[in-house]
Amino acid sequence: MNLLLSQALIWPVVLPLATAALCALAWHRPAIQRWISLGGLTLMLAASILLLVQVETEGTQTVAFGSWPIPFGIVFVADRLGAAMALITAVLALAIAVFGLADIRRRQEHAGFHPLYLGMIAGVAGAFLTGDIFNLYVWFEIMLITAMGLLAIDRTRTQLDGTIKYAVLNLLGTLLFLLAVAILYGVTGTLNMADLGRVLSESEPSAALALVAAMFLVAFGIKAGYFPLFFWLPASYHTASIVVSAIFAGLITKVGVYASFRVFTLMFSVDEGGIRELVAVMAAGTMLFGVFGAAVQWDIRRILSFHIVSQIGYMMLGLALATPAAMAGAVFYIVHHIIVKANLFLAAGAIYRATGTYDLRKAGGLMGSHPILALLFAIPALSLAGIPPLSGFWAKYMVIDAAFADSAHWLAGVGLFVGLLTVFSMSKIWVEAFWKTPPLERKHARRVPMAMLVPMAILGLVTLTIGFAPEPFVLYADATATSLLDPKTYIEAVLGPQAGLDLGEQQ
Amino acid sequence: MNFVYAAGISAIMGCGIYLLLSRHTMRILLGVMLLSAGVNLVIFLAGRIGPNPPPIIEAGSYTLSPEAANPLPQALVLTAIVIGFSLVAFASALALQTFRTSGTLDQRELADAEALGSPYESKTEGSR
Repeated sequence: MNLLLSQALIWPVVLPLATAALCALAWHRPAIQRWISLGGLTLMLAASILLLVQVETEGTQTVAFGSWPIPFGIVFVADRLGAAMALITAVLALAIAVFGLADIRRRQEHAGFHPLYLGMIAGVAGAFLTGDIFNLYVWFEIMLITAMGLLAIDRTRTQLDGTIKYAVLNLLGTLLFLLAVAILYGVTGTLNMADLGRVLSESEPSAALALVAAMFLVAFGIKAGYFPLFFWLPASYHTASIVVSAIFAGLITKVGVYASFRVFTLMFSVDEGGIRELVAVMAAGTMLFGVFGAAVQWDIRRILSFHIVSQIGYMMLGLALATPAAMAGAVFYIVHHIIVKANLFLAAGAIYRATGTYDLRKAGGLMGSHPILALLFAIPALSLAGIPPLSGFWAKYMVIDAAFADSAHWLAGVGLFVGLLTVFSMSKIWVEAFWKTPPLERKHARRVPMAMLVPMAILGLVTLTIGFAPEPFVLYADATATSLLDPKTYIEAVLGPQAGLDLGEQQ
Repeated sequence: MNFVYAAGISAIMGCGIYLLLSRHTMRILLGVMLLSAGVNLVIFLAGRIGPNPPPIIEAGSYTLSPEAANPLPQALVLTAIVIGFSLVAFASALALQTFRTSGTLDQRELADAEALGSPYESKTEGSR
């Protein structure tokens, strides 16, 4: 019990990893794997809640592995942002696993769905909680290889095509990341993120550091789908099985966003060397091109994939402004977006179950035959479009308000315009799939199983909770943003109280 | 010394980037392999290589001698090699499977994913 509490930080990573190993042991028994997986994810959820409570009451948590003195060994660090991301990962992983009970086919389970899924969750949680930049690279790779396995799980032509595009661009991204880490190590001689923050705040700007910052931006940009690096995303996400698409949409790109937030607050500052202007242009491009791409598509999954890109732009907008209000908005946006986006993909899966197609031209008539599904789709769709009082309204309001406050009027304008086009896309899905009379009339409506509706309802409920009672979430996001923009707290929590003294005037 | 290494690494990386620009999937994979080899060499270079004794603690002493080679980049490179190997192995299997199902590895002809829900014409069904 004592160990459990003092090391609460490692459980959100260890539990899914151990569960993945257990599932691999039960390779030929998919039924057993299913329940092991659900059990493991439930425990992970409990551990993440425990971690969040601990971070809130006791401050940033640190664990050093192998008793190496910090900063020489690998450390795990949970600050407010990391703990919140771990919790949201656990919530989403469990909800999607329950949805998977109705959607995952035997063949996919025999191809190793459960170990891959849990391995990916472990990779995501590890990336959120690690405090070591090389270790972050390792978690990225764990995430990448399990994600490729999940993406190609049916081995159809479309999936293989999508996976190759995904694999090549993401491999390039991680290689750039590794190259940046190598040069950074050569310049500073350390890999611990807190120590890097301390060393970099004291070092003179140099060509090598500027190069490293640029490479980090591009590497995380590929991961997160920033303009102009997002093309692999709508080329691959829609080919996967819908459970996989949903978890990718919710989590994988957000790891890239998280990493850029971490690196460009703790180690580099967006104020130096024109990074702010670059990120601002990229943010505007990400928002605009994502939403334009979505406007012409007819496959629900492709529309939603392009919308992932456009929504990432709002988070970047927060990073580009880097005021406390903007960062709080971005953090709030990430949490809102993970829930809503995954829920929309689950809704796409349910629409597929009900109509037999993802192509909007062939779907229709769901309003009459599946009113509950219509309601469960409407909540995340309206929230994504930013209709009050749902969570998306507060998220967009916080970000755009911060943009006006920082007199970045053009960015705010782009944000508002993209919000309008998002309404267009969502109403397109609504009109085509729910209102239109279907081109092919069915005698018997196809039922959507409970195991699909319940996770959607739960995620919808989370959206509604954030929408109607945003205050605790906003306060948490504010506190997160304050500590993100003041790296001293993070550095002191990891390296000890005296480490922060000599960078008193920084930031 | 460093300049020679840097020149060698940039030659390797240049070849890798050239191969990446190809349309043929296998060439792209070879390009990724060359790039990852180049990155591994950069990690080595970042650890300050030179004519140093190996990082082994002599009998009777408790610390490394000050001029010993830096062992950390070796650990990092080892990790990166293992990860790179597994990724390339997976990607090659992927390419093989693609060749078996589609009969081609030319990226111009591999456009099944793009065709889904395309606004222009519906060639394929909206199924997986």
